[in-house]
Amino acid sequence: MAKPLHDTPMLDQLETGPWPSFVTGLKRLAKDKDMVVDLLGQLETSYETKLGYWKGGTVGVIGYGGGVIPRFTELKDDNNNPLFPACAEFHTIRIIPPPGMHYDTATMRKFCDIWEEHGAGLIALHGQTGDIMMQGCTTEKVQVAFDEFNEMGFDMGGAGPAVRTGMSCVGAARCEMSCFDEARTMRMLVNNVLDDMHRPALPYKFKYKVSGCANDCVNSIQRSDFAVLGTWRDDMKVDQAEVKAYVGEKGRKYVVDNVITRCPTKALSLNDDDTLDVDNKNCVRCMHCLNVMNKALSPGDDKGITILCGGKRTLKIGDLMGTVIVPFMKLETDDDFEALEELATEVIDFFAENALEHERTGEMIERIGLAGFLEGVGLEVDPNMISNPRSNSYIRMDGWDEEAAKWNERKAAD
Amino acid sequence: MSQPRMPEETGVPEIDPYLHPVMKKNYGDWKFHDRPRPGVLRHVANSGDELWTVRAGTPRQMDVTMIRELMDIADDLAEGYVRFTSRSNIEYMVSTEAQVKPLMDKLTECGYPIGGTGNSVSMIAHTQGWLHCDIPGTDASGAVKALMDELVHEFEHEEMPNRVKITTSCCQINCGGQGDIAINIQHVKPPKINHDLVANVCERPTVVARCPVAAIRPAMVNGKPSLEVDERKCVCCGACFPPCPPMQINDPEHSNFAIWVGGKNSNARSKPTFHKLVASNVPNNPPRWPEVGDVVKRILAAYKEDAKDYERIGEWAERIGWGSFFEKTDLPFTKYHIDNWRGGRANLNASSHVRF
Repeated sequence: MAKPLHDTPMLDQLETGPWPSFVTGLKRLAKDKDMVVDLLGQLETSYETKLGYWKGGTVGVIGYGGGVIPRFTELKDDNNNPLFPACAEFHTIRIIPPPGMHYDTATMRKFCDIWEEHGAGLIALHGQTGDIMMQGCTTEKVQVAFDEFNEMGFDMGGAGPAVRTGMSCVGAARCEMSCFDEARTMRMLVNNVLDDMHRPALPYKFKYKVSGCANDCVNSIQRSDFAVLGTWRDDMKVDQAEVKAYVGEKGRKYVVDNVITRCPTKALSLNDDDTLDVDNKNCVRCMHCLNVMNKALSPGDDKGITILCGGKRTLKIGDLMGTVIVPFMKLETDDDFEALEELATEVIDFFAENALEHERTGEMIERIGLAGFLEGVGLEVDPNMISNPRSNSYIRMDGWDEEAAKWNERKAAD
Repeated sequence: MSQPRMPEETGVPEIDPYLHPVMKKNYGDWKFHDRPRPGVLRHVANSGDELWTVRAGTPRQMDVTMIRELMDIADDLAEGYVRFTSRSNIEYMVSTEAQVKPLMDKLTECGYPIGGTGNSVSMIAHTQGWLHCDIPGTDASGAVKALMDELVHEFEHEEMPNRVKITTSCCQINCGGQGDIAINIQHVKPPKINHDLVANVCERPTVVARCPVAAIRPAMVNGKPSLEVDERKCVCCGACFPPCPPMQINDPEHSNFAIWVGGKNSNARSKPTFHKLVASNVPNNPPRWPEVGDVVKRILAAYKEDAKDYERIGEWAERIGWGSFFEKTDLPFTKYHIDNWRGGRANLNASSHVRF
């Protein structure tokens, strides 16, 4: 039995209503854990004052330089004693989940047992970067808790100026849109740079995200430095009998309004006999028609990936989407995977050597120009990398003939 | 003395041991899926196997009792496997349709809302807030809980023109990311500096370099080395606060919410887009943040009423024009909506295309 609860009239109001309540969960933990009793007290104080009361620090495990998020209370009395002493230390341990966040129940139960014994018993599934967040641990217990997770076969996630935990979508495990093995890809990309994850020494964070198609269920373009998305380069597959059945069921107007005219490149046309024409040369693989006419339309057979680099949120120069650095590459054979690993290594090495302190990949590319970045990592320019060519004449172009010759040579070799 | 245990640096685990057997068998070989009802997916493999998924909402921050209850449900009714979506929904997979109803009944009995699929409002992507973050302007779990209580009907039904992804963030770093609707703390006052602490706590050149508008410079204040902020240049973003906690940016009175719409991560139809500012100075009012709920519900109601099938909120606003958006949502349009950040001219109307 833990000490009695503090009065939490504001938090109590979050125990009503239809959505499951985290406050009810915290109160269950508080029956046995003083740490959570005091956590509720500190949180209630924040609700009253509208201020946060945690500060960071340095807490870690042997062998690693990151992955623990230290939190020490700043809510103290005049003698510098914590007002809520049992949660004076309330650290988080970041654990890398299986790709696609799949679990068997035994694994999850074991997480619970370990965290109930050594931590607060509060687990966030999952953090925005994709970690399992084991929340609420004293400095003393961090090592023993981590050792037990590690002995289960789980490793520490990233924090600080380091490679961060990656994310991949449900992908090939359950999705017909999947264009490659997302889990293998994400695992390969992250496990290739574990030293940069666990011993933070990069200019700033670096994130990998992997989505099996352009629906981008893990938000890779916007949320990662290195985004891998599935696509295909042959014709999409059309089951004309299913197209007819769909038109029969939904009506021609519905199909015209919701499929044909929604195509961003006007690559679709509904024939008089209710079959579908696809201008595959102009299809940009956006996925809309496949999403809507799921049974009738599918990705082609010649599948592969598109790679974009440089997505990030506001800090410091403003939001950036990732932009295309590889329009298409195959990702099926071991050799294909090795080629991707080599490219990813080039990119992170270039970032490590050339980014300024606290500069993300996208900001570095903005500063040096995409052409300079491509040259640095050994990639050829491609019109798929731009929305439109430059519209400003302020550029020195005395290497034009050589560059044009390179292009002509590449075209001749195709 | 015994050697300390060194970590097994295993990184991302193999996926195989964690996959439902039907997923493992049909890995990379699925044919199509449909949604027999909100919250339920049926995937059909080329082998003819079916996999039924039931998706339910969770509070994300879960105590071990709740997780064990969710695992009991998986063991009793769902063949022992679960997965989580990027928006903290739990998914149960079963091999036959007959298993779906008992599973749904049990989840409902235990208080887990079923939904979040297709054209619904899915669970809000949220951050840490006062519960665990070192720089938060608000709470995350509480704000999300309060909002989802109000939006639960839209989670459990697929009545929206297209899917709606809502995000929240407790500061302008915006860990919640882009959303159809993004609810983010916006600071409006420069940091309040505790000059007694700066020299001891902050690496001053780092802090100077962190400012996006070069408004911070080293200064001697009361005989101590410190930092000063040019308040005419300061955009109150709070970027200096994490590397220098004595530069307090959170202001209980003035740090309120800005609301943004039209963020989209998918490439379907239009290219991915960033969210755009629509409202600000919405009160940060715990424990239930009713003013935020009002604005969000107003935007959702206008979108539900007016958008065409498959238009996301940003695509809808683009089609009807932002003038109509502000009219239909009854939100004021101000000078602050006009972008003046670098590249911001691309967000101005350089044409005579005008709606009347």
